[in-house]
Amino acid sequence: MAERVGIYVCHCGSNIAGIVDVEAVAKWAGAHLRDVVVAKDYKFMCSSLGQAMVEEDIKNENLTRVVVAACSPHLHEKTFRRACQNAGLNPYLFQMVNLREHCSWVHTDRAAATEKAKGLVSAATERVKLQKPLEPMFVDVTPATLVVGGGIAGLQAAIELADAGYPVYLVEREPSIGGHMAQFDKTFPTLDCSACILTPKMSDAGQHENITLLTYSELEEVSGSVGNFTVKIRKKARYVDYDKCTGCGICQEKCPRKVVDHDFEAGLGYRKAIYTPFPQAVPRIPVIDTANCTYFTRGKCQVCSKVCPTEAIDYEQQDEVIEVNVGNIVIATGWKLFNCESIPQYGYKRLANVFTNMEFERLCNAAGPTNGKIVMRDGKTEPESVAIIHCVGSRDAKFNPYCSGVCCMAALKFGHLVLEKTKAKVYSFYIDMRTPMKDYEEFYQRLLEEGMTFVRGKVAEVTDAARLPSEQGKLILQYEDTLLGKQKRLPVDMVVLMGAIEPQVDAKELGLRCGISCSMAGWYTERHPKLDPVATMTDGVFVAGACQGPKDIPASVAQGAAAAARIQAMITKGKVMIEPIVASIDEEVCSGCRICNNLCPYNAIEYDEEKGVSRIITALCKGCGTCVAACPANAITGAHFSNDQVFAEIEGALWDAMYGGNGQDQGEPAPEPEAAPA
Amino acid sequence: MPDETFEPKIVGFCCNWCSYRAADLAGTARIKYSPNVRIIRVMCSGRIDPAFVLKALALGADGVLLAGCHPGECHYIDQNYKAMRRYAMLKQTLAAMGVEPERVKLVWASAAEGQQLAEAVDALVADVKKVGPLKWPANWDENGHRLEALDAIEKEHQEAMEVSQ
Repeated sequence: MAERVGIYVCHCGSNIAGIVDVEAVAKWAGAHLRDVVVAKDYKFMCSSLGQAMVEEDIKNENLTRVVVAACSPHLHEKTFRRACQNAGLNPYLFQMVNLREHCSWVHTDRAAATEKAKGLVSAATERVKLQKPLEPMFVDVTPATLVVGGGIAGLQAAIELADAGYPVYLVEREPSIGGHMAQFDKTFPTLDCSACILTPKMSDAGQHENITLLTYSELEEVSGSVGNFTVKIRKKARYVDYDKCTGCGICQEKCPRKVVDHDFEAGLGYRKAIYTPFPQAVPRIPVIDTANCTYFTRGKCQVCSKVCPTEAIDYEQQDEVIEVNVGNIVIATGWKLFNCESIPQYGYKRLANVFTNMEFERLCNAAGPTNGKIVMRDGKTEPESVAIIHCVGSRDAKFNPYCSGVCCMAALKFGHLVLEKTKAKVYSFYIDMRTPMKDYEEFYQRLLEEGMTFVRGKVAEVTDAARLPSEQGKLILQYEDTLLGKQKRLPVDMVVLMGAIEPQVDAKELGLRCGISCSMAGWYTERHPKLDPVATMTDGVFVAGACQGPKDIPASVAQGAAAAARIQAMITKGKVMIEPIVASIDEEVCSGCRICNNLCPYNAIEYDEEKGVSRIITALCKGCGTCVAACPANAITGAHFSNDQVFAEIEGALWDAMYGGNGQDQGEPAPEPEAAPA
Repeated sequence: MPDETFEPKIVGFCCNWCSYRAADLAGTARIKYSPNVRIIRVMCSGRIDPAFVLKALALGADGVLLAGCHPGECHYIDQNYKAMRRYAMLKQTLAAMGVEPERVKLVWASAAEGQQLAEAVDALVADVKKVGPLKWPANWDENGHRLEALDAIEKEHQEAMEVSQ
């Protein structure tokens, strides 16, 4: 029996009709495409009237297939699928034609665009006739959530979910949660003390009955899909019994081994071989750094074990891999600092008094290595002048083309702290000042009034080679003041490099493990850059905070909360729909060659030794179709993207080329039998 | 001599996640490109069976554009690498069949690269214009008309079947 196809061409106001002759397309489709019984054009198909028209025609004209030629399927495919379903037609018997984004908006020639529109409509019509009814699949959503990363974004997501009553596993690589925010002294533009606003959140997360804190742990493996992920987490050995330790800190006090702290103190301070990264750490359970511990390196010492009042030290502890089931995953792994040594002309590590922004954060911090005194590398001399260089590694074609977003404001904050704590002069060398968020510009104005000096221009070099007596013993900046158009030199005591915010080194690796992708720079890709900033292309995996792109604290918190809200909605609903676009193998045809087995990235194809055939595990299949294209026996069918469907689409797209040679006769209906009216 | 009025027919295969969205973005950003390409959506560039390309050329397309996510950014982890491998093999097959290498091209476009996708379309159209029409369907046609040729083959086949019975 022939199918009864309904074709609807949308004007989209003048968005489509302005370039494509939609009436002609509809008329042509009705007259020339086989099996078409209804062909209409309408002002706005997505309006309720447009949808009602489709629904009525399905009922009155007994349509068995529907084609809507309007905008991108990513926008309104769901709308019209729902309309079909409302009228009793299986939603997968509908096909959308992208006339707006792929035709009218990108072309200027009306005749050519109309011809192309006919090709696209013809392609969809040929395809839709071969489409098969499919039933969407529903899976239960496990109420637990995994949050990877215990910085401010991850904390926010974890606390919101836990407060809503759902269990959360919060995984953090470092011994304590808190992330970069724990290292800061003040936050811009309010100059809130960072620790004062962060520590309540940390202890909230640490004590929450619904949050399982897994610090000093890493995500090893993720399997499963939305609603039901199985996650393997490696709890690294702390060598301290989590249950016995009270966090009294005597072990840290008595440990004889001092180690330079490159992580939390950015190399400016010391910690012991058994340590918690900072006094407010959550949990307060220390870890033993085996690379530096005297007992682990030389077999002697055991002071910590001797002084521990609860016998919590366990030198035999092993890594433990635990497995948890979660319905959703939030990735909030944050950022790392640009390696300022890669710009040798700025002299970091070569010239003592060149600091990075993270080092300077620790210098300013009252709990830091200098107790908040801004002093030079010798630890006592207060600088008389400080130069802050912006955009070190950002907005630089050699390193990162993007703007790190937060450094201008951080530089202003540093300027304020220097002016407040010392008598030094502060110079800021900027390319452009970027202060776009709430109260940021006001903070910039405030610093202008406070007397910070702003110089527009990129510094070429920081050197200690003095040319003048006044430059003796100073760091000299060679720069061009682009507002004056002059090359200049400025001697200062201290230089702060505003290093770029970069993706974590293992961001791509973690992304692969969770099935999400990164941009070229290494930031996780969100589902839609504007309208879906926390979801990813993988259902059930969300991103929050700076791992998705450089951002400040308010934006990270907002994204963490947004991810939590999205997940709560899914948990409350209890079920999630999965597109039934999966592959299946016809066992009668399968020769058991196993070519497909290794192509599947999700291990969704298993081999039945007994029958000698491969089989697809539907629950694991994501529907990419690579195995379908590879099967030499055509035994694999990809639902909704089968070979015959795509072939029909190609045939339809080339209706005017097929038998007419090179398409010189555009506009004439093809004289072949397929194009004859029904 | 190249025919200046020649407007090539190009079929484009775009993956659902990156390149199709790049084409959407080109639309949203009103970036103009040649109307010669007709885009067919597949879930992944790994779904592109080389037979799709051959079919398109056989049905009268003058060129085919294949587009996927950038290597390392595939929505299905690494299936675009499989597309890349198949593309390399397909190029050899096409060369053996006498099809100019300019006609079939694999490009990468992330969902943010509408401009790049539009440029790739324009570049392919320009390349195909240079090499001229492919006219594969017409070339099959040994007796002056393809349908007759096909009929003849079918007739021959039926006769052969009759003899074998």
